[in-house]
Amino acid sequence: MSKKFLSGNEAFAEGIRLARPQVISAYPITPQTIVVERLSEMVEDGSLSAEYVHVESEHSALSCAIGASAAGARAFTATSSQGLLYMAECLYYAAGGRFPIVMMNADRSTALPWNIYGDQRDSLSQLDSGWIQSYAENAQEALDLALMSYKIAEDKRVQTPYMANLDGFVLTHTYETVDIPARGQADKFLPPYETDNRIDFDSPKNMAFSAGPDTNYIFKYKEHKGILAAAEVITETEKEFAEIFGRHYTGLTENYRTEDAEYIIVTLGSIAGLCRETADKLRENGVKAGVVRIRYMRPFPNKEIADVLRNVKAYAVLEKDISFGNEGTVFTNVNSALKKAGVDVKGYNFIGGLGGRNISAGDIENIYTSIAKGTESVNFIGIGGEDNGK
Amino acid sequence: MANKVADSISREEYFYGHKACAGCGGSLAVRAALKVLGQNAVSVLPAGCMSAVGFNFPQLCFSNNSIISTFAGTASMLTGVEAGLRARGYKDFTAVGFAGDGGTADIGIQALSGAIDRNDNIIYICYDNEAYMNTGIQKSGLTPFGAKTTTTPAGANIHGNIRPKKNMFEIAAAHDIPYAATASVGYIYDFIQKVQKASQIQGTKYIHVIAPCPTGWGVAPDATVDIAKEVVDCGLWYLAEYENGTFKLNHKPKEFTDVTAYLKKQGRFKHLTDDDIQIITASRDKKWEFIDKNFEL
Repeated sequence: MSKKFLSGNEAFAEGIRLARPQVISAYPITPQTIVVERLSEMVEDGSLSAEYVHVESEHSALSCAIGASAAGARAFTATSSQGLLYMAECLYYAAGGRFPIVMMNADRSTALPWNIYGDQRDSLSQLDSGWIQSYAENAQEALDLALMSYKIAEDKRVQTPYMANLDGFVLTHTYETVDIPARGQADKFLPPYETDNRIDFDSPKNMAFSAGPDTNYIFKYKEHKGILAAAEVITETEKEFAEIFGRHYTGLTENYRTEDAEYIIVTLGSIAGLCRETADKLRENGVKAGVVRIRYMRPFPNKEIADVLRNVKAYAVLEKDISFGNEGTVFTNVNSALKKAGVDVKGYNFIGGLGGRNISAGDIENIYTSIAKGTESVNFIGIGGEDNGK
Repeated sequence: MANKVADSISREEYFYGHKACAGCGGSLAVRAALKVLGQNAVSVLPAGCMSAVGFNFPQLCFSNNSIISTFAGTASMLTGVEAGLRARGYKDFTAVGFAGDGGTADIGIQALSGAIDRNDNIIYICYDNEAYMNTGIQKSGLTPFGAKTTTTPAGANIHGNIRPKKNMFEIAAAHDIPYAATASVGYIYDFIQKVQKASQIQGTKYIHVIAPCPTGWGVAPDATVDIAKEVVDCGLWYLAEYENGTFKLNHKPKEFTDVTAYLKKQGRFKHLTDDDIQIITASRDKKWEFIDKNFEL
């Protein structure tokens, strides 16, 4: 183990070096570029033994990774925003083919208007593509997820690609002191990739085939079961990770001061830290505030969300996303979890941070205050409430 | 000569039991190429005729390792397959792509250009049937001038396709690719020998093979090979190679056969006027002037 002062991107690249991908397909896009730059340096200096492919687009980046995975190799790529949307066809393809590729996505706004800064509209628009989706809060978690991601994705019960999301700039470009696991320990934690879902010269295969109406639904059902199985595999993996590396993670969600909380903000990514600080401050004034950080949007933490919100007076979902014509997508998912569990508490949606706009401690305090009083269903931070669905 | 070539390929079948139309030129090209490359070929085929007829679970028709790619992703998936197998320590295999004209010259050209630029060790075979046949005969970038398709109707105002074929052979060559060739399923020994040659060369190889589609061209299913010969004999296609920076013509017809006869026996060209045929003939002659000047014999 060693300590280094690294940005989120660099920390993630360190985690990928430890994971030993055999093929890396790389195409640059802000704010992801540092990851593929660092990986190219690691390949150059020999500290990472991988085929580094300079593809000519994001579509080819993921198509190449799919080919490599079909060859039985551990594959990595990274993207952001427009790049993620450009490769969208391949997202569904990788998931349907059960190719456990890992991809980092630097969460960034989507055009128009053009904007290079962070929000989560890119990855949240792809929730249905069949990928596991994690949202890291800080550089250490980013590194640890990079290492854990392959173990989760490649598990025989899962066999599902993994998208590790890092908030653009706020996380990808912010420097922190990070613990880097020792190589020997990382190798012990993550053995080489073994699969039957690959080209086999002893027993040739026809892969990525068509399946008509008679059989198609069976493949889709199995795909669904695979990503659902990731929930328990994530828990097992984090337990093993803690035993080897001494850092503990909490599965699909992370709760903060929720046991007796009356007002909870549910959010994801790097804004969670400021939410916790604000909750602490409010508790000094007698407000029973808590925070739930969603770590995985897929598989979705239905049970965890329902359990933690069951007894609150009100909750807010704070997200950097809007599904135009409805509400934030995270809010929709949270509400569905509560409805299925028969939990009937007041919930409100706060849309903030679009195009990288700052969310201040004051904004978060206002969320707690306004959900205690009651507000519109969907609220845009900086603009105000919108009478949606009332 | 002929028998020697025929004897040089495998007697095994690697692509059979598929649902291609009777007389399909594309399936003939795939079948012959795999008989050259053998059991350790890994085929990548995008959405298109050959994947549509060959990969319907549970009726899977390749006896070598084969995989469908996205429509735009033939070359990039080939790259990944080749890199992945090499990373896993395999040496004795050939990554080969079979994409149609639309999959190559239109939606797949970016990925193909990227692969050639990287000089990835792959063979890319374009089976050119001159339109999007799988979706029902729509115009592609390789549909020839004057051809009637379902998106270039022949009417009083417009006589089918108004643009000539894109020249994929010279586009591939312009990347300074190690090996590029044109071929026709009508000259199958020439095609087989080009696949054999490609399999011995390191780096990216591109072979563009004319593969008539009786359904789309409006000819009888048993006319595929004859019409694929005739397109070469009348000079509207040519058999050539690009290697070490040099273009080489493999076959120079002593005298061209009649262009009108070639065109008029196909449903897609029946509507052409004498003026249209004059344009096609002039364009052929201009091309051959270029070939005579720039290609070695």
